[in-house]
Amino acid sequence: MAHITLPDESLPGIVGLFNFRPETAAPLQLLAETLLRGESTLTSGERELIAAHVSYLNDCHFCHTSHASAAMAHLQCDLSLIDDIKQNFQQIEITPKLRTLLNIAAKVQKSGKEVKDEHIAAAREEGATDQEIHDTVLIAAAFCMFNRYVDGLGTWAPQHNEAYREMGQRMAFKGYVRETVVQDV
Amino acid sequence: MPHIPLPEHLPGITGLLEYSQLTAHPIRILTQTLLRGDSTLAPAERELIATIVSHNNECKFCTAAHTAAADVLLGESETCEIMKQDIDAAPVSEKMKALLKIARQVQASGKAVTEDAIALAKERGATDLEIHDTVLIAALFCLYNRYVDGMATVAPSDPAFYKGLGQRLKDNGYNRLANGYDHLKKQTQPT
Repeated sequence: MAHITLPDESLPGIVGLFNFRPETAAPLQLLAETLLRGESTLTSGERELIAAHVSYLNDCHFCHTSHASAAMAHLQCDLSLIDDIKQNFQQIEITPKLRTLLNIAAKVQKSGKEVKDEHIAAAREEGATDQEIHDTVLIAAAFCMFNRYVDGLGTWAPQHNEAYREMGQRMAFKGYVRETVVQDV
Repeated sequence: MPHIPLPEHLPGITGLLEYSQLTAHPIRILTQTLLRGDSTLAPAERELIATIVSHNNECKFCTAAHTAAADVLLGESETCEIMKQDIDAAPVSEKMKALLKIARQVQASGKAVTEDAIALAKERGATDLEIHDTVLIAALFCLYNRYVDGMATVAPSDPAFYKGLGQRLKDNGYNRLANGYDHLKKQTQPT
């Protein structure tokens, strides 16, 4: 059970929290939408992988599995590949550029100060732009917020990957800005 | 030097928020709502939460900026300094001490928040909404601190800079200034 009384305890993870406080839900949803589905030279699949990877490093099961499921939906991968994100991408095909960006994201997860010039230089060598580097750092930082919000308030999360299939498809193709959170989930 | 070119007259977070205004928009709304919106916690108390988290993340810019904002709102600078050393010794309410301890746990990890810390806050009169906002403010500053340091933004060393910034945060809050920030180009500190 969550640390606070939520109006609908059946809603998992951040969805129950959105329902608790609509004033903060709206900007949080818009931020996710802009970062993960807004215009970018990184695909939404790539950005969802960054989000899922950081959430895994933060040990946030709900955010990890839901964003991994969204990534699988974008990349048209089988749901079973979700677990490959935990193995640092041995099966999912990712570009050398994305690998350097995932490395930057992993540093941000630990601390902003962990990002060194050499990590940025490695990304630039693979062709990453200023904007892509910026967006990677901000996505990673944002998930250090989302993960703490979800786990810091003790919300519950479905266990198995399969339970996240539809959620991931909805996140991928309908997006994050929804007026009727309650009815939709 | 920042990892990407940013406006030189806007150190710390401000240059990043101007560089990427599309993402800055929801971040600013969220911050304004949490730190200045209707709440049973005073703006100064909420700035203390921002300060303790930034301090524990060792983010120089955010710590100095929110210390300055809290100082201006409180009218003194002792509370922040004592709090950074020892939350229990700080001249704040017992409820606030419990909330600051929750914030410090969130800084470490969402999973680090204990049932005991929540129970203590409730015992001292904290409402569900106050606990919610404390956790979300602490989480938000884990975003800010990583954004600011992960992009290697500049943190000015002149204390007068933060004094001016703290006053601006008291007067204007976290919304983007109506006329932008070009007026700061010719000045050594914000007004």
